Amino acid sequence: MVPNLLLTVTGIVVVVSPAALLMMLGLTTLFRYKLSEVAISGFAQTCSITGLCASLCILFFMLATGVRDVPLEFGNWVSLHNLADTSDITDEMSGPIESSQHATPSNAPHAGEFHLRMKFVFDRLSIPFAVMTFVLCGVIGAFAVKYLHLEPGYNRFFLFYSIFQLGMVWSSIAGTIETLFFAWELVGLSSALLVAYYHDRASPVQNGLRVWAVYRIADAAFLVAALSLHHLSGSGDFAVLMGEGDWPFGKVSITEQQALLVGLLLLIAAAGKSALVPFSGWLPRAMEGPTPSSAVFYGALSVHLGAFLLLRVSPVLEASKTLSAIVVVLGLVTMIYATMATRVQSDVKSALSYASLIQVSIIVVEIGIGLRYIPLIHIVGHACIRTLQLVRAPSLLKDYSSLENAIGDHLPPSPTVWQRWLTPSTRERFYRFAWERGYMDSMLDDFVVQPFVHLFRMANRIELRCEKFLEGPTHSNERAAKERRKT
Amino acid sequence: MPVVEQMHFPWLECSVVFPLVGAIACIFTRDKAAAQRVAIIVSMVTLAFTLAEWYDFSQLHTFEAHDNWDFARWAFGQDVFVIDELSAPLVPLTSLLYLLTIFSTLNTKLGRFPFGWTLLAQAIVLATLSCRSPWMIVFLMSIGCVPPWLELRRRGASTRVFSLHMGLFVAMLVGGLFFLQNDILPSFASWVPPTMLTIAAILRAGVFPLHLWMTNLFEHATFGTALLFVSPMTGAYLVVHLVVPFVPAWAMQSIVLLSLVTAVYAAGMATIQTDARRFFCFLFLSHGSLVLIGLEVVTTVGLTGALCVWISVAISLGGFGLTLRAIESRIGRVSLDRFQGMYEHSPTLAGLFLLMGLASIGFPGTVGFVGLELLIEGAVGVYPVTGLAVVIVAMLNGIAVMRAYFRIFTGRKFQTSAILRSRRSERFSVIILTFLVLGGGLWPQPGIESRRHAAEALMKIRRNSLRAMDARKRAIGFGVEVEPGKWGGGTL
Repeated sequence: MVPNLLLTVTGIVVVVSPAALLMMLGLTTLFRYKLSEVAISGFAQTCSITGLCASLCILFFMLATGVRDVPLEFGNWVSLHNLADTSDITDEMSGPIESSQHATPSNAPHAGEFHLRMKFVFDRLSIPFAVMTFVLCGVIGAFAVKYLHLEPGYNRFFLFYSIFQLGMVWSSIAGTIETLFFAWELVGLSSALLVAYYHDRASPVQNGLRVWAVYRIADAAFLVAALSLHHLSGSGDFAVLMGEGDWPFGKVSITEQQALLVGLLLLIAAAGKSALVPFSGWLPRAMEGPTPSSAVFYGALSVHLGAFLLLRVSPVLEASKTLSAIVVVLGLVTMIYATMATRVQSDVKSALSYASLIQVSIIVVEIGIGLRYIPLIHIVGHACIRTLQLVRAPSLLKDYSSLENAIGDHLPPSPTVWQRWLTPSTRERFYRFAWERGYMDSMLDDFVVQPFVHLFRMANRIELRCEKFLEGPTHSNERAAKERRKT
Repeated sequence: MPVVEQMHFPWLECSVVFPLVGAIACIFTRDKAAAQRVAIIVSMVTLAFTLAEWYDFSQLHTFEAHDNWDFARWAFGQDVFVIDELSAPLVPLTSLLYLLTIFSTLNTKLGRFPFGWTLLAQAIVLATLSCRSPWMIVFLMSIGCVPPWLELRRRGASTRVFSLHMGLFVAMLVGGLFFLQNDILPSFASWVPPTMLTIAAILRAGVFPLHLWMTNLFEHATFGTALLFVSPMTGAYLVVHLVVPFVPAWAMQSIVLLSLVTAVYAAGMATIQTDARRFFCFLFLSHGSLVLIGLEVVTTVGLTGALCVWISVAISLGGFGLTLRAIESRIGRVSLDRFQGMYEHSPTLAGLFLLMGLASIGFPGTVGFVGLELLIEGAVGVYPVTGLAVVIVAMLNGIAVMRAYFRIFTGRKFQTSAILRSRRSERFSVIILTFLVLGGGLWPQPGIESRRHAAEALMKIRRNSLRAMDARKRAIGFGVEVEPGKWGGGTL
């Protein structure tokens, strides 16, 4: 009885501590109450430490008692009961859409119920991830206090930081797919806004928009996958979705084809969040943000969220060999691409971001081949080391600069094995490929973005012409004169 | 005939008459600042009436209710003003939007914004939303087009686009209802009245390709007038009250199909616009179309979602439009083809802009999230392709909103010696809208439950109308005389 109560209380602390920070910073911003830097950092540190201590308590309890799964129910966020039967309406309807209504009887939502459940779960996957999140967010919060001292956007940084921390912690411990989606979106929003943190310049803002666009694609895929899973299993609860057995021993009750379809959608979501091919272009762009956010978000936590998602839904991967194979191939392709790209980057943060991507893609391969604990350990280890590297990067550059000043020349480049094995022209070709980041961004621009923009601009021109025609000649001339004056 | 419950006070009539009187007072007030003060007081009192009406109605636990001491009933001999579960929250929400628009009009725009006509428009919209008689709805929706038309004329802009579309709308509406009630058409032309009503509905809702009047209105009228003309979504209201009960399934399905095209098309158009007003217009069109799509998703979940999206779009895009209007008051027409860098001057407005934009796209934790989730859930179950399209629309709108945010508020530092920070009235609006958006998002159950009741009632009406139409078809087949005016399920 007492341990259960203790677990519930500590679980609530884990859930509430990042939310409290966001509420505090959000309300003060809304009512334009200016908090001092000390107060902001104090709140941030307190919330991180409180959340960390609570999650460590749960971890120790689980280790001591051998309990593998501690659910924390907050009830239904939204619940609709006794929904009316609609069959008599659909039966009476006729027309072309009718066939699709009757074509999916097995996929229809369970009659009479609709729930959005607020549930969290502490298990062998979520607890290490939550602890890692609190540790790294706490460390970076402390680092940012000095790094952003007297910056005009200090409060804004910590506001976005609090959204990110809430998103990461809730993603880690989400017990239902709706809760995971909720938190997943918070991570995406804070990431895009932090990339555009230095918003007086155009470049970070453009990169922020790029990151946001990729995240929206990933979110759309995730939403469709979540709803499909909801339909297939009749619940958004991971305990039901992933079948009997604690993580990682769950077994889904869907067919191989269904697993492949849902898994592919989840893979798109994971690829967007973890910058796997073909979405890798956003990762170096994300380095436009301040170093603390680059370090903890894109180097350590956010970039691993896709891999975390794959681990969370690992029973779906196990249900389809084809899906597992696709995961492995995607990981391998990303690994080769990132390995080439990281070697030619001209700035340290971009190089480190691609180095991160190499590790993430290895983690994805590990997940694809059926490992579960190894990728989890890999994530934790890699996140910690990469955070350290990224926060060290600015001072490392200074050290290099001092060294070069001391010897009076650039440091000599170390020869590579490729210089002996490949001809200069081949090396040059590879170099260009890597320098252009695999032409991935330009391909997306040329084959997706530009056709889309051209199409809608054309439609816009046609609309304006139609409008002018309908307005009549007098007003059209006036409008043209107005436009000329404006120009 | 079912007995309609009675509220404790004539809230509906008061909420219509009070702005009407205020409008007359404002029109005859020369001093614009004084006119604004009068308009604010009138709007506040009207909001109080409508909130009281909502509360009173909710205490009755009924589907519909009419006023106590019902003057309109005495005058017209029938229940003219009746509130039901669908329109109960829409009436105070519309009043709130009018109040916030009037309240947040800056001194620099006092000369241009017609307070008197705005109050008149408020009275008409509130009357429309509280009305059940089909002919009265037709009349009110027709005269509702007059204040924006007059404003276009007053500003020297072309009224042809607006006149053509709205003229056709009124003609179709009147013709459709007339032919429906007076069975004078031969049986082979039975498709004419539903078609006319369908065309009227898609015209008023701005469904592609009959949406040009909306972009034109946003371009030439004041932002406030255009915003208030479209944001209560009377087009969707028309669909619910005059189209759903009277037209067969194929007509509704054609509306859904066109709405689906509009939602995707307008979302795509919103991402490439270089003018903020056109951008807003397309964003609104896209979201408005989602509501129409949901009205035909014949599951309780889907329809509940559509009604939730209706409310959330009105709140969030109303707030979004007000923010855009506030920015326009400071720097003139807002162009999206370059960075404006307004953040440093108006961080509060920037925050509100982003929050409202995110709420409109159904971002988690905001008022739009659960509604969109329900809509997609319902749509996926019935029309999987529709569900997928709604997700794509949400994705495109998300990109468009963020692009607009970055273009207006970031990218450079806006250099000016003028003080552009938000005024007290704007901050008041920000706080009200923020609480609505976040409150509705974090505590959605009461709102969802209320929309679910409305959805179930609408489904019942739809079911009855389909049965009645089926019976009529059979009756015509057997050569039985059918009473004129009983085409569909009749009235709400």
